[in-house]
Amino acid sequence: MNPAIRIEGVTKRYGSVQALAGIDLEIAHGEFFGLLGPNGAGKTTLISALAGLVRPDAGRLAVMGHDVISDYRAARQLLGVVPQELVFDPFFTVREALEIQSGYFGIRNNAAWIDEILENLDLTSKADTNMRQLSGGMKRRVLVALALVHRPPVIVLDEPTAGVDVELRQGLWHFVRRLNRDGHTIVLTTHYLEEAESLCGRIAMLKHGSIVALDTTANLLRRLSGHTLRLRLAEGAKLPDFLSARIAGESGNEYTFSLGSCEEIEDILHSLRGSGCRLEDIEVGKPDLEEVFIRVMHEK
Amino acid sequence: MNGFLTLFYKEVLRFWKVGFQTVAAPVLTSLLYLLIFSHVLEKHVQVYEGVTYTSFLVPGLVMMSVLQNAFANSSSSLIQSKVTGNIIFVLLPPISYRQFFTAYVLASIVRGFAVGFGMLLATLWFVDLSWQAPHWIVVFALLGGAIMGALGVIAGIWAEKFDQLAGFQNFIIMPLTFLSGVFYSIHSLPPFWQQVSHFNPIFYMIDGFRYGFFGVSDVSPLLSLGVVTTCFVALTAFTLWLLRVGYKLRT
Repeated sequence: MNPAIRIEGVTKRYGSVQALAGIDLEIAHGEFFGLLGPNGAGKTTLISALAGLVRPDAGRLAVMGHDVISDYRAARQLLGVVPQELVFDPFFTVREALEIQSGYFGIRNNAAWIDEILENLDLTSKADTNMRQLSGGMKRRVLVALALVHRPPVIVLDEPTAGVDVELRQGLWHFVRRLNRDGHTIVLTTHYLEEAESLCGRIAMLKHGSIVALDTTANLLRRLSGHTLRLRLAEGAKLPDFLSARIAGESGNEYTFSLGSCEEIEDILHSLRGSGCRLEDIEVGKPDLEEVFIRVMHEK
Repeated sequence: MNGFLTLFYKEVLRFWKVGFQTVAAPVLTSLLYLLIFSHVLEKHVQVYEGVTYTSFLVPGLVMMSVLQNAFANSSSSLIQSKVTGNIIFVLLPPISYRQFFTAYVLASIVRGFAVGFGMLLATLWFVDLSWQAPHWIVVFALLGGAIMGALGVIAGIWAEKFDQLAGFQNFIIMPLTFLSGVFYSIHSLPPFWQQVSHFNPIFYMIDGFRYGFFGVSDVSPLLSLGVVTTCFVALTAFTLWLLRVGYKLRT
């Protein structure tokens, strides 16, 4: 069975800038996949190449086995893209825009599905409002709706929550999670790493047009992050010398330790008790994707 | 409805929603040309025997309206979509480049015809027009509208800002239409300018169109048809090539 997305040796150069430097990637059916990277890493170029908006210099991309250039009609029929830019057609109402977009994909009488999308994205009351009169957050929701009108099995969301309030984010993720549970493959780019951590089963990190990390979210967290223990010593207390070697960070009488496992917490606390060192505060930090991201971006 | 029909419908709906600007205003502008020129020249100029200057002027103005509005439709739609970014809604679906071309050009013809019909209707009650060969009227209006619709697609794709499109319109389209025999017969020009006029394809569109009304023209309607058809084929081929390679649309 073909993967939902297959990308093989894709390169793209804009003048002196190597936007994509040989990307190989496979995303399986039903995955919730995260594509992360700093600005200019090549995420949007890669998505644009997948959507047929950018022609790669080399390599090939396929959506569910359909090449995005030689078999573009089938590939585009299977793909829904929420663009990063907040774009809209000022001539039409929300419903008109959705009906027209359905027609572009050869779908007639799509009213029931359009109503369902509108309801799920809390847009029902705005259905007959002109796009110009919507707020930024509302326009963002319409972009998501437009990408879904043809029920694509593969959905790409390019920073869909940029500049969007918390309520909409939660509503959007609730809907997208449901789509994923129903079997849709989701590819997400975002700068909100906590969103990627909680949503994505697998993550690729891009830097200068290359993939520098690719693994399940759990493995990335396990491999490249870990628990931390932060201690603040009481006035006049001194950290025992034998713990100095394990310090990962230090600020005044605050010390941070990186832990390989949770059991190490007990070891450290036991040592402190044994040496009579008194503590004022203690904090255990959980592994997070932000730490992984920073580490990956600085390492490679 | 398939992608092509939807795009065509959307393009017609787009200009129809702002009909005052896209249909009524050009009709009014053409009527003002007619009123002013006919008032000044009616008693002084007779181009064809038995045809008043006002009657001579009407087909030229109608065709000029068809051509200019066909160009304006595709070009303004594309540049607006590009500048605002909503062109992406047309580029993401499985619409082929041939469908894209045909939808934009057909919608341009519809707008050109809407303005042309409006102009004709408004003049019918005070201008005597004969309809010697209606099939030539239809053929030249269709081909002329299609050519200018295709030119509009080229200009809309090429231009990156409104300023560039305005340059294309004001420095190429406008002079070609005004200097094509809308207001005069090229036989009234000095020999040199008569020769120059023969290199202007819009001259053949207007001359052939006018032949349909009066049965007389500056050159044979068959020659005009040949020139106009050749232009249409060449422009269509060029525009399709631009769209196929994704010039400025799929980078």
